[in-house]
Amino acid sequence: MRRRLLSVAADLALIAYFVFALFPVVWMVVLSLKPTNELFSTYFSFTPTLDSYRTVLGAGDDQGVPFLRFFVNSLVVSLGAVGLSLVIGLPAAYAAARWRFRGSENLMFTLLSFRFAPELTVIIPLFVLYQQLGLFDTYVGMVWVLQLVTLPLIVWIMRSYFSDLSPELEQAALLDGYTRKQAFFKVALPLVKPGIAAVSLLAFIFAWNNFVFPLILTSSNAQTVTVGALSFLGGDRPKYNLTAAAALVSVVPPLLLALTIQRYLVRGLSFGAVKS
Amino acid sequence: MPGRTATAPEAGHGAAAGPEGGGKPAVRAVPAWRRSLRPYLLIVPALLLTGGILYPFGLGLYYTVFDFAASKPQPDLVGIGNYRRILTQPAFWDSARVTVAYAVGAAAVETVLGVAVALLLHRSSLVGRVLEKILILPLMIAPVIAAIMWKLMLQPSVGVINHLLEPFGLGGVQWTDTPTGALLSSIAVDVWVYTPFVAILALAGLRSLPASPFEAAAVDGAGWWFTFRRLTLPMLWPYVLVAVIFRFMDSLKVFDIIYALTEGGPGDSTMVLQIRAYLEAIRFQRYSFGISYMIVLWAVVYLVTMVLVRYLGRIQNRAAEVER
Repeated sequence: MRRRLLSVAADLALIAYFVFALFPVVWMVVLSLKPTNELFSTYFSFTPTLDSYRTVLGAGDDQGVPFLRFFVNSLVVSLGAVGLSLVIGLPAAYAAARWRFRGSENLMFTLLSFRFAPELTVIIPLFVLYQQLGLFDTYVGMVWVLQLVTLPLIVWIMRSYFSDLSPELEQAALLDGYTRKQAFFKVALPLVKPGIAAVSLLAFIFAWNNFVFPLILTSSNAQTVTVGALSFLGGDRPKYNLTAAAALVSVVPPLLLALTIQRYLVRGLSFGAVKS
Repeated sequence: MPGRTATAPEAGHGAAAGPEGGGKPAVRAVPAWRRSLRPYLLIVPALLLTGGILYPFGLGLYYTVFDFAASKPQPDLVGIGNYRRILTQPAFWDSARVTVAYAVGAAAVETVLGVAVALLLHRSSLVGRVLEKILILPLMIAPVIAAIMWKLMLQPSVGVINHLLEPFGLGGVQWTDTPTGALLSSIAVDVWVYTPFVAILALAGLRSLPASPFEAAAVDGAGWWFTFRRLTLPMLWPYVLVAVIFRFMDSLKVFDIIYALTEGGPGDSTMVLQIRAYLEAIRFQRYSFGISYMIVLWAVVYLVTMVLVRYLGRIQNRAAEVER
């Protein structure tokens, strides 16, 4: 009997936490469906409408926020950042896993320190530099600076995946007459494919969710959804329903991707420090 | 993973320990100098990119010895003047206090709550199994978006939180309009976003703990609290510590949540270091001064990371010894 009660109490505690975790999202759905004239008159009874989504996903609203364009920008710079990080990071991760050579540990820790460095230390000088170089408010400039987010993640986690591979498989391939390059592309890479997929998605999510880089290094052409969502809060009468709709639209891609990589999250979030 | 020299895997040196054991030396001979260079060649792109990030950092350091600002077309060399000015300013120490309060508060609450959620999920009840699938949801939402959501909900007159509190006679709370309320509200948003992070790592830890000590404790009739204090917590600590380090270091450089929720206000009550540096450098265009703030924060973060990572290494070694 006491056991049953304890078990029920534990379940109730869990449910309480999840109410706290989910309520904001549920409330955003409610707000985003409200017509503007009923925004502040009632809380739970209203005539639902999709107008907010039409406005947000249309050409922009009367405040002139081209949200759809920001959405595309987010997609382009996040994909670009992950792509560049993979091309640069995979060979580096492989070398760091397979060879000990002078400077390899130092390079790894320098990369890791990027993960913990306060972003503005690099962004403020870049803000000045980008203006001079013409990289301010461009895709190239954003993809470059997002390497701070994506590259350390990809190199560290892929190194831990390559280290988990038995080197004997590659040695066998070498004995069969493969070159080192072939052994990497035909033996090692295919074996860590699930790892690559998971870490790419996670890196994409972090790049997508980034706010401080586009806030400072873009103004309109390359601005992303995270900055765009804030602009609906401007003005003297903030449009709650539009803000909520914009917030929800901007979290769809990361949430969908996150559901597909649940199994790999522990290693990814802890930079390989914890393996499940 | 033992590090290996570049010569080991190449056949034809008699040293190859392939599965076929000294199989046919069919590999084309690669000159030794090229073999020793190979790892470096693979690393070159990463080095270039690292350089591309370190260059602006070095440039920032260089700026801090001048008084470079939009209002000064001809900056003067001031040496350590910027740093001296910062460290003698009450504003800096106020910000440092707010930053540490935020980081300690957020990391502490997230750790306790995250471990608690992990323990509850570890029981593996039906409710737990259903809820675990949506555990990571807040963590995948951009922190700035989370702050926007909470801003809408915490609004004193029309926000839904005060509306829900009204029946309990608690309506009209000025959440983000009082100094204490603003700091607590921003910590609450941080807790909302990042508690799953701690919970996921703690849960992974719980699931990888050996079963035998717990079976022995059950046989001896040890109580729940004793088992938790003497077995679960010590064995789980290395996992929790990884989460704590990540959360504490990240909260020291908090920006998104504060920017969207309070912009450092009311007054300077939530003016954490990164927000102050942002206002100095970007809004008032006193570049050198803003970067100096960041270099100081970076140095502190770097030192704290070193200390914590060393401590973590000791803990993990001890854990490995215990398992042996």
